[in-house]
Amino acid sequence: MIYGLIAVGYTMVYGIIGMINFAHGDIFMVGAFLSLIALLALAGLGITSIPIALALTLLFAAGLAALYGWTVERVAYRPLRGSFRLAPLISAIGMSIVLQNFVQVSQGARVKPMTALIPGGWELMNQDGFTVQLSWMQIAIVATTLIVLTIFTWLVTKTPLGRTMRACEQDLKMAGLLGIDTDRTISLTFVIGAALAAVAGLLFLLYYGVIDFFIGFLAGVKAFTAAVLGGIGSLPGAVLGGLLIGLIEVFWSAYFSVEYKDVAAFAILILVLIFRPTGILGRAEVEKV
Amino acid sequence: MTAPLLSLSGVSTYYGAIQALKNVDLQVHEGEIVTLIGANGAGKSTLMMTVCGNPRARAGQIIYDGRDITHEPTHLIMRRQIAQAPEGRRIFGRMTVYENLLMGAETSGQTNVPALLDQVCDLFPRLRERLTQRGGTLSGGEQQMLAIGRALMARPRLLLLDEPSLGLAPLVVRQIFGAIRTLNKETGLTVLLVEQNAYQALRLAHRGYVLVNGAITMAGTGVELLARPEIRAAYLEGGHYT
Ligand SMILES: Nc1ncnc2c1ncn2[C@@H]1O[C@H](COP(=O)(O)OP(=O)(O)OP(=O)(O)O)[C@@H](O)[C@H]1O
Ligand SMILES: [Mg+2]
Repeated sequence: MIYGLIAVGYTMVYGIIGMINFAHGDIFMVGAFLSLIALLALAGLGITSIPIALALTLLFAAGLAALYGWTVERVAYRPLRGSFRLAPLISAIGMSIVLQNFVQVSQGARVKPMTALIPGGWELMNQDGFTVQLSWMQIAIVATTLIVLTIFTWLVTKTPLGRTMRACEQDLKMAGLLGIDTDRTISLTFVIGAALAAVAGLLFLLYYGVIDFFIGFLAGVKAFTAAVLGGIGSLPGAVLGGLLIGLIEVFWSAYFSVEYKDVAAFAILILVLIFRPTGILGRAEVEKV
Repeated sequence: MTAPLLSLSGVSTYYGAIQALKNVDLQVHEGEIVTLIGANGAGKSTLMMTVCGNPRARAGQIIYDGRDITHEPTHLIMRRQIAQAPEGRRIFGRMTVYENLLMGAETSGQTNVPALLDQVCDLFPRLRERLTQRGGTLSGGEQQMLAIGRALMARPRLLLLDEPSLGLAPLVVRQIFGAIRTLNKETGLTVLLVEQNAYQALRLAHRGYVLVNGAITMAGTGVELLARPEIRAAYLEGGHYT
């Protein structure tokens, strides 16, 4: 589920400028740290109502992460637009390292724990001493993801802003000829992608309760796999891919071993790239990097 | 005579080190249809795109409606009631016909979209039947109508048309040329038209320019140019007399 939110960011940026934004996973990580800082700060300020604290945190993390996304595009990608294909890719990897090290230095390299905010759950089944329970946390995460993705889908398919984004994605030059400010639209794409990644960061923090400066890499690879699996460049594909990766991981952990669950994502990435590089909902004409 | 609506003076455009336009002078007056003819690779499309600032002229000056637009960003130029139906149609294949048309109106700040839509659909009835179809699944001729329709949705004063007849059946070409003439007569729309079909274009246009290897070599009224033997030899050979 969470991967879907991150995957959407990869897919959007790829669609519009044909580039994999390698720093995207790290924006997610920054989003998680911003959430942690916000939650601790709000607790320090004595705001005890959990819904209010979460809502404020969401706004704070998404807003600041959006600013990060905007800056990354301005600093690392825009100056290189129009140069050879590998240049922005290298710049992206550089940006990813910068973000990781920045967080490592400012937040320390140790794992940051957090207490569970929403305890309890909903008992589905209680039989012979076995309980199957869906925690409130899981429900909240699924609900948040669904709401965010629904709003986002509506934005892209129904609003003038969404049309502008799709126009830029399909034909940047023509979009300019229609009076669309293409630079601004590209910036906005990064901003929206980063905000979604920050929401994912907050959910990750709530769910796992521990974060460190390296989570961006792993989550980034998994979300990227989700995007590729669904068909990179396709928004519904990214959501679908995110769901599938999540499910596959769960089943893998159940039948094989939890320690190797990360292997699953990598294996899928390789298999998809070999056998169906366009993904499930991908378009044939998409160019591979 | 009043100042021209569009005026290029000494315009040169380059792709890297290659010079595609050489010191081009060209004027289009309000209410005129002006055509630009020339062989493949002469720089016709480059000229149309240079007016829109993509690529940008490296030398010379482009004046539109009394304002120097040489260095203006493309999207701002296009919000000055200039619209282009570019070479290769460039419609948005994964948007519906309706959405494509909306794209033409929205960014130019048109408020009365339904009325505009109605006008365009009156001009090209085929589009009305297909508003919900995806642009990419239209036939070539329908795509061309959509490209022109999308440009008209911006309610332009100056319409730039790059090879609107490319790949179309003669009947459809006549329809499109008829539409251009009607718009010009009834609404005073100013048109700069690039055409391979030099005979029809020169008959339609008030004036024409001939572009050879990036430089203007001849200019005159449509009738004048049609009468020139070198034009007949170079551009009107091979059955274009129909
Ligand atoms: N993006 C580009 N990069 C490099 N050279 C280009 C580019 N676009 C056009 N050219 C070159 O500039 C010259 C003029 O091209 P242009 O497309 O303007 O010709 P044209 O007159 O429109 O031709 P046609 O009738 O075939 O459409 C050609 O030699 C072409 O190869
Ligand atoms: Mg051309």
